Amino acid sequence: MSTPKDDAWLYTISSKHPLINLNLKEIWRYRDLLMLFVKRDIVTVYKQTILGPLWFVIQPLFTSVIFTLIFNNLGQIQTGSVPPFLFNLAGITAWNYFKECLTGTSGTFTRNQNIFGKVYFPRVIMPMSITISNLLKFGIQLSIFLCFYAYYAFQGTSLGFNSHLFLIPVYILMMALLGLGLGMIISSMTTKYRDLSVLVGFGVQLLMYVSAVPYPVSEAKLKFPEWVVPFVEYNPLTQIIEGFRYMLLNIGSFSWAGFLYTLLISFVFFTLGLIIFNKTEKSFIDTI
Amino acid sequence: MPDIILKAEHISKQYRLGLVGTGTIRDDLKRWWHKVQGKEDPFLKIGDVNDRSIKGESDYVWALQDINFEVEQGEVLGIIGKNGAGKSTLLKILSRVTSPTTGEIKTKGRIASLLEVGTGFHPEMTGRENIYLNGAILGMTKAEIRQKEEEIIAFSDCERYIDTPVKRYSSGMTVRLAFAVAAHLEPDILVVDEVLAVGDAEFQKKAVGKMQDISKGQGRTVLFVSHNMVAVKSLCTRTIVLEHGKVVFDGNTDEALSHYLMNENEIKTEMFWNEKDAPGNIKAKIKGIRLTAENDNFIIENKMTIEIDYINYLDNQTLNTTIAIFDVNGTHVLSSPDLSRNNLKKGTYSSSIIIDKDFLNTGKYLFTIYLIGNNFEVIAELKDVLSIEIDELGVNRKDYFGYWGGVVRPYFKWQTKKLM
Repeated sequence: MSTPKDDAWLYTISSKHPLINLNLKEIWRYRDLLMLFVKRDIVTVYKQTILGPLWFVIQPLFTSVIFTLIFNNLGQIQTGSVPPFLFNLAGITAWNYFKECLTGTSGTFTRNQNIFGKVYFPRVIMPMSITISNLLKFGIQLSIFLCFYAYYAFQGTSLGFNSHLFLIPVYILMMALLGLGLGMIISSMTTKYRDLSVLVGFGVQLLMYVSAVPYPVSEAKLKFPEWVVPFVEYNPLTQIIEGFRYMLLNIGSFSWAGFLYTLLISFVFFTLGLIIFNKTEKSFIDTI
Repeated sequence: MPDIILKAEHISKQYRLGLVGTGTIRDDLKRWWHKVQGKEDPFLKIGDVNDRSIKGESDYVWALQDINFEVEQGEVLGIIGKNGAGKSTLLKILSRVTSPTTGEIKTKGRIASLLEVGTGFHPEMTGRENIYLNGAILGMTKAEIRQKEEEIIAFSDCERYIDTPVKRYSSGMTVRLAFAVAAHLEPDILVVDEVLAVGDAEFQKKAVGKMQDISKGQGRTVLFVSHNMVAVKSLCTRTIVLEHGKVVFDGNTDEALSHYLMNENEIKTEMFWNEKDAPGNIKAKIKGIRLTAENDNFIIENKMTIEIDYINYLDNQTLNTTIAIFDVNGTHVLSSPDLSRNNLKKGTYSSSIIIDKDFLNTGKYLFTIYLIGNNFEVIAELKDVLSIEIDELGVNRKDYFGYWGGVVRPYFKWQTKKLM
């Protein structure tokens, strides 16, 4: 029998695998699947509901109203010249994107074990599709925010974008990378240790409160006990939320150091997530 | 000489028994520590052969051990084995669902696996949407699916429902649609699990036909894993037999099937006793019983013989042997007494009876044996003492692959004559 040279093989299934195996060529081959997953996620969520896609916007709007009532009316948190409702809506819109990416991807392995156990495709397609479909939802929510923005501006509130507005795509990327990275880490760990899936539920909720979503960082520095402040200040999510509001509402603070710090952290988490995800996908089906 | 398209070298897969969970953190750390030091994984040295029925020494078992084989371009390779022989594990490794513990598989073509039909079907989406989603999951591009869309819909016989959500489908329709998508895959290598065991007889025939088209007509390489020996026989040119995670036979399909049949367990075909413990009484005792088949293959196409050896302690005694056959559901299939009222002298005798071929159906049967004395006195009754599992090669089936029911399956001849 002819023995072909090793380089003649298309690919090898083996127990050994490189640390980072982001096979872009293969992902590109599966791009249709990626888009079909995105479509599935978007289309099927609100099938057989009356309000349908309206649900995408109802949730952030109601949360903003509640936040305004509790934190601004009851809690007397100052938002400067910006209407508190708009302030909260901006924070929640940004936070929601991160949160949806995180919670969505963190269940990748446990939720898809049925498919993963039967068919091979680059596993990373799944978290990627979640990130993309959430990006669409984020787009819808952002446009609602802009509607209210226009409304307030029309009413005579002085509002203005900041000159750093061009960084918005980078901020969105950072949110996606952080959510995806953390989500991939958690989804990989939950294949063996189910505790994490319980943690994610309320952990995300708690994380929101130290990420400066319902308050500006300046208020936190002023009113929080001293030991809590670093948690808020060095939290990359605070940087993102604060930066997001800074650019859209011209409120809060911005520093290039903070920006680069957040960018770095996002990439670190994303890379780490990818490594762990890669390691897990090879044989998670045996442990799940 | 045809090219080798797929090559498996020293494939092994180890599983840990018992609870896999937080308890493994200690082993994980140990493994990691060995890895850091550059040593071999300590758990690879241990592990038992995977035999469910025997209690093992270790918590680790080898589901597969040192599997080697090559597949040529255009070959249809059958993989058979009992439950737990490692078929599914091998399939999972081939389809890259899990990775082997050691060894590697090299391939020159893209592998698509059909371990299940309808993977990823979403109940809320319509049939047409699901064709695209399922096709993409199986590795097709949108353009490829669009090209075959009409063909797939026609094959599935679900034309009328194609724009209705799949949750409104009957289970049979879902399976048809799913199989239709799968059947139109065009990978270099197709790995198929027992997906043929779905749908009604008509659809099964269609499915087997399609499989034959794929393998013979289109010259595609297929790895076919099955329990269904009839399908294996009709599709595969070469067959591998797995047993306890090892390849025990690799070669011609007919030989592989008889090898497989001979190694069938959970059957009991003979029993012998010492004269002291033998069943019976002072008048007579059964010494041994034996159930044999031609070539030792218990298949529909072979006849079987039951032999009963017994000792007669009295002169001029009538001793008649009787068998009763039951199926696994406890249905009494038949009794076959010897009513010859013989008159035997003292001594040891052997009585035998032949069960014709083409008589019992496939499946498991239990045999009860009686020794009857004068005045129909039951001297010995051995309930369900022998058991066999009957398989078939499918000689009489011709082109029919579907369900063939019935407790017995005699092959009576049909006569057809022209009336007008």
